[in-house]
Amino acid sequence: MRMLVFLAVFSLFAAALSAADYPSDVQPVLRKRCSGCHGAAMQNNGFRVDHAPSLMKGGYSGKAIEPGQADASLLVKRITSDKKEFQMPPAGPRLTPDEVEAIKDWINNGARIPEALLAQPLPRRQSSHWAFQPLRKPAVPVVDGAASPIDAFVRARLAKEGIAPAPEASKATLLRRVSLDLTGLPPTEEEMREFLSDTRPEAYERLVDRLLASPHYGERWARHWLDLAHYADSDGYEKDLERPYAWRYRDWVIGALNGGMPFDRFTIEQLAGDLLPDRTVSTEIATGFLRQVLTNREAGVDRDESRFEQLVNRTNTVSTTWLGLTTGCSQCHDHKYDPISQKDYYALLSFFDRSGEEMIDAPIPGQLGPYLEHLPEYKGKRAALLAKYEVPSLLPEWEGHMRTAIEKPGAQAEYDFQLTSMKAMVDGAQKILLRKPGERTEREQETLEDYFIKSVSLAPGMDKEKLGRLKEARKELAEIDKTLPRPSQAMVMMWDKDAPATRIRVGGQWNKLGVPVDADVPGVLPELGAARATRLDLARWLVRADNPLTPRVIANRVWQEYFGRGLVRTSEDFGKMGEKPTHPELLDWLAAEFRDSGWNMKSLHRTIVLSATYRQSSQTRPELRERDPENTLLARQQRLRLNAETIRDAALSVSGLLNTRVGGPSVKPPQPAGVEQITYANSSRWVTSTGPDRYRRGLYIHFQRTAPYPMLMNFDSPDSTVACSRRARSNTSLQALNLMNDEVFVEAAAALAWRVEQEAPAGERAAYAARLAWGREPTAQEKARLAKLMDDLASERPLTAACRALLNTDEFIVRP
Amino acid sequence: MNDLRQFQMLHSRRKLLGEMAGGIGAMALGDLFAGKGYAATAAKRTDPLAPKAPHFPGKAKSVIFLFMEGGPSQMDLLDPKPELKKYHGQPAPASITSKLQLAFTKPNAAILASSREFKKYGQSGIEFSDWLPYMAQNADDMCVVRSMYSEAFNHHPAQLMLFTGTQQFGRPTMGAWTLYGLGSESDNLPGFVVLSSGVGTSGGATNFSSGFLPSTYQGTLLRSSGDPILYLSNPGGVTPHGQRAVFDAVRDLNQAKLDETGDMEIASRMASYELAYRMQTAGPELTDLSKEPPETLEMYGINDEKTKQFGTNCLLARRLVERGVRFILLMDASWDSHTNLNTKLKENCAKTDRGAGALVKDLKQRGLLDSTLVVWGGEFGRTPMSEVRNTADADNAGRDHHPVAYSMWLAGGGIKGGQVVGKTDDLGFFITEDKVHIHDLQATMMHCLGFDHTRLTYRFMGRDFRLTDIAGNVVKKMLA
Repeated sequence: MRMLVFLAVFSLFAAALSAADYPSDVQPVLRKRCSGCHGAAMQNNGFRVDHAPSLMKGGYSGKAIEPGQADASLLVKRITSDKKEFQMPPAGPRLTPDEVEAIKDWINNGARIPEALLAQPLPRRQSSHWAFQPLRKPAVPVVDGAASPIDAFVRARLAKEGIAPAPEASKATLLRRVSLDLTGLPPTEEEMREFLSDTRPEAYERLVDRLLASPHYGERWARHWLDLAHYADSDGYEKDLERPYAWRYRDWVIGALNGGMPFDRFTIEQLAGDLLPDRTVSTEIATGFLRQVLTNREAGVDRDESRFEQLVNRTNTVSTTWLGLTTGCSQCHDHKYDPISQKDYYALLSFFDRSGEEMIDAPIPGQLGPYLEHLPEYKGKRAALLAKYEVPSLLPEWEGHMRTAIEKPGAQAEYDFQLTSMKAMVDGAQKILLRKPGERTEREQETLEDYFIKSVSLAPGMDKEKLGRLKEARKELAEIDKTLPRPSQAMVMMWDKDAPATRIRVGGQWNKLGVPVDADVPGVLPELGAARATRLDLARWLVRADNPLTPRVIANRVWQEYFGRGLVRTSEDFGKMGEKPTHPELLDWLAAEFRDSGWNMKSLHRTIVLSATYRQSSQTRPELRERDPENTLLARQQRLRLNAETIRDAALSVSGLLNTRVGGPSVKPPQPAGVEQITYANSSRWVTSTGPDRYRRGLYIHFQRTAPYPMLMNFDSPDSTVACSRRARSNTSLQALNLMNDEVFVEAAAALAWRVEQEAPAGERAAYAARLAWGREPTAQEKARLAKLMDDLASERPLTAACRALLNTDEFIVRP
Repeated sequence: MNDLRQFQMLHSRRKLLGEMAGGIGAMALGDLFAGKGYAATAAKRTDPLAPKAPHFPGKAKSVIFLFMEGGPSQMDLLDPKPELKKYHGQPAPASITSKLQLAFTKPNAAILASSREFKKYGQSGIEFSDWLPYMAQNADDMCVVRSMYSEAFNHHPAQLMLFTGTQQFGRPTMGAWTLYGLGSESDNLPGFVVLSSGVGTSGGATNFSSGFLPSTYQGTLLRSSGDPILYLSNPGGVTPHGQRAVFDAVRDLNQAKLDETGDMEIASRMASYELAYRMQTAGPELTDLSKEPPETLEMYGINDEKTKQFGTNCLLARRLVERGVRFILLMDASWDSHTNLNTKLKENCAKTDRGAGALVKDLKQRGLLDSTLVVWGGEFGRTPMSEVRNTADADNAGRDHHPVAYSMWLAGGGIKGGQVVGKTDDLGFFITEDKVHIHDLQATMMHCLGFDHTRLTYRFMGRDFRLTDIAGNVVKKMLA
């Protein structure tokens, strides 16, 4: 108050005499009234008042202080506002008039702050949370009889609890377990015979090496990775158009895993294959990881809004997949639990913002020749067709109308509508329309011609009769198109160096632009150390030796697949709300070993499946049920219901129906008529695959997002809209109906019956079928039960009935 | 009883107690051991669909959501706007339209008056369009909300908003939340059943997904052709005796494995097979309408080709409620009348009004309405301005999407009938009284079922999620 009186009296000299003083008059007020939400612990809306340079810089809404203009300063507007939702502080008593005056006065006099305070560096955010700490390989405890470090860590813990580990599972169980885990297929009859009769040392090690070298290893582990990428064969949202080349990315994943690509390279190609100095079509196809986002082609959707949704999805997917962080919360506000600010979020999103989606030609070996051979003939026919229907004169006229719609919306309602629809359906439509015909690529010109012929029926101001004839042209064009064997394409991401800077979206809303941000990694993690960073910098940082999260997250997820739960159960969330690791040192050992091995995936798998911990029996023991019902201590293995695809594969495999071809386009096995009826305007069509395609592995089943293959959904396949880090294992009656009555499984049972008739003498057939289904000899009791069933149904294809029963047993759909 | 088994029983009991302490289980222990044998006992423990008590006694035991997909036009059906006639054909004032997001209409589009006549019905005198004569008969049981609003402007995001409380993918739908909260009363049918008529919806399966909840809670589509439930009937050539024999063999083989391993999941699988078997009988029994009296079929419009599909679904909805099914989602598509509103909307009403009207009436006469919450509406409404795509065609006018003010109605299950909640301005652009957000509707529905919507949560990705996201207030005016 004394100061204010002083000021009132000497106001003329105020500036010269340094009016309200920052350290004594302003800083204490800010500290007392604002720093709770805008201080070191929390910076709501990106604004902090406890650090002078940050105070002057402002928050996500821009500058808070305009030196010399108190009334124009956002800070003053907010502390003086009467509007409830605008005023600060949002709760508690208002600032006193004296406090407000001190701040206004200080600003009006230039908002000066002593040099020493302005030179203060911003303390780097620190966190004591376990997952953010540097990853070092812990010393392995010395434990009697523990052959592998995994066993040493697990047994040291068990010893502390006074619990003994389980004995090793039987050979038959081990074979079935490790075959399903490494290849997603049950062992064949020959494999059983070979392994069970191999009494030499290291038979199991040889088995593991054989399985890791199998091309089916890549299929099984690709499926796990595709859950994270949320792979699908259609756009999602109401139009849900098919993506005919999505499978190229799936094939890339299978190939990379089978080829033993180190995980760092695996990461870099998928996130930045287009930016690599040694880029190839294959590395570009790898960026298909980022193309698994949904595309909303609903005509009324704002293109910018739709693109923003995709960026959010990419950002969240990458965070979940590599960092195990639920950054999605920070789309709208600073993370409530983890040290991820909203600014961090948009800095991460920015890596994906400066990129565009593209289709590239990606011919498969052998495709290009026939295409080039037929091309001249096709071009001739096409030109003749276009001429016949006067497209060369109609098209420019229509383009003119469309350009008017771009430049003067509202002039012609019909063209406004057509433009909106076309922009939704044709990627880059506006860009193509605005380009002069001579400046377009051949593909762009063809795209326009195709759209005009196939989609335009109403065009006010144009010759109705000529337009009407396009209907005929449509049919003829479809006919000619069939004659051209077009090479495969691929969906990729391409860097766009000219893209404008990313802006924070206030409150997470796509059209509320805040301050610009540079691409960067979350502040709590090791610094990126790159200016004007690209996706390539991000990818390299994710697999840099000092990144504490990636190796932990990946090793944990692999572990989860072998034991039914990760060492961190919440494998998608390593943040504060996630669960803590049950064996922190084991996790760190595995993660460090994985990283230090040169990110060798197969070696990580091998290390785990060779451990005695993995090889234990799953048998529960009374004392374990009591003390460790969830099996967190790993005193035994765990029976795990197979995932949807593996259940299908197992049924096809034991019955001999499975087509083991690796890779290729998606297939549509039989599904009940009408499943696709629920899609938008009944637009999706399910044309059942015939021949060998009908019997391909589950991971090749066409995934239509709005009407997925029912069997997959019944058995907990993810819906492919967001990254899925761990699948549920539910147990429902729809699953029972599915296995009992679905044509696919009934056919498998019949084929299995036929097969055992060929391969086993009468009287031993049911037992042989059981051996194939379960991977072990049935007991006498089981044989008797199967015999009884066959007696009961003597007149009703008894052997098929026995096979159906076998394929419906719990044991058949469980990894032992 | 051998040691292992005794031990397992003890364990299962402890587990149950633990669950009860966590607020999930709520069944008497006596029940548990009342003895359908060991498998049944163990299965009951693990059955995620076992009936559960809500936070407080709710009036509604079941929900029937009549989802008119695409966005029904409120000013032609439930919210009369005679003032529109005055301005018909004139461009809407920019001061108003600048506040709207529009898909296809331009801001200067002309006002479109409704061609419909409205009449007052019942003691309450609620006004209904002449296209809804059957629904209108239930006026005194209905609460018409004229002040619904949503932020979502496009179909699929708006449908996600309506059913999951956000425009993002991957969240559970209200049917899944209901089943998760209450379990199912039916022991031979799924607890959340979906029926579909018309051309298919924008949202497809995402309108009845369980999101991150276990798939046990997802909606099961009851199909109009083929098997009513996927894979329900015996495979070709398999007799009922043959089917039962296989089921029995599976049960015995599983029992042997259960005895050997002590893995409780096997017990749970045995129970799900038994339910599947019962479903095989209950499903066809459900869809067999031959025992319904002729006047019932007539009332639902099942004898008329035009009203048959929707009417059948409405009758099935009642039969599902009678059989203890918790949540029934009845989707009809599409009400998206951008063009030719006067023919398309009329057709939508002609197909569905009779069935929907009959459903409420029938539930009431059977004493089921008090315990069944019926909701009717779309993901948004339509603009007071016209959308014209072909200026040459006079009948071409339709209406664009309008999420900022639209109408729905509710009946039964704790809702106070015979009233209108909310008001819009004279032209129907904006809400002037009692705004009801989608989250408020959801909170109110959950309240009717006995839930505090802020406490029915599920932890996923480190956060406790709920149907109403971070918002929603129970609309007290709507409650009885």
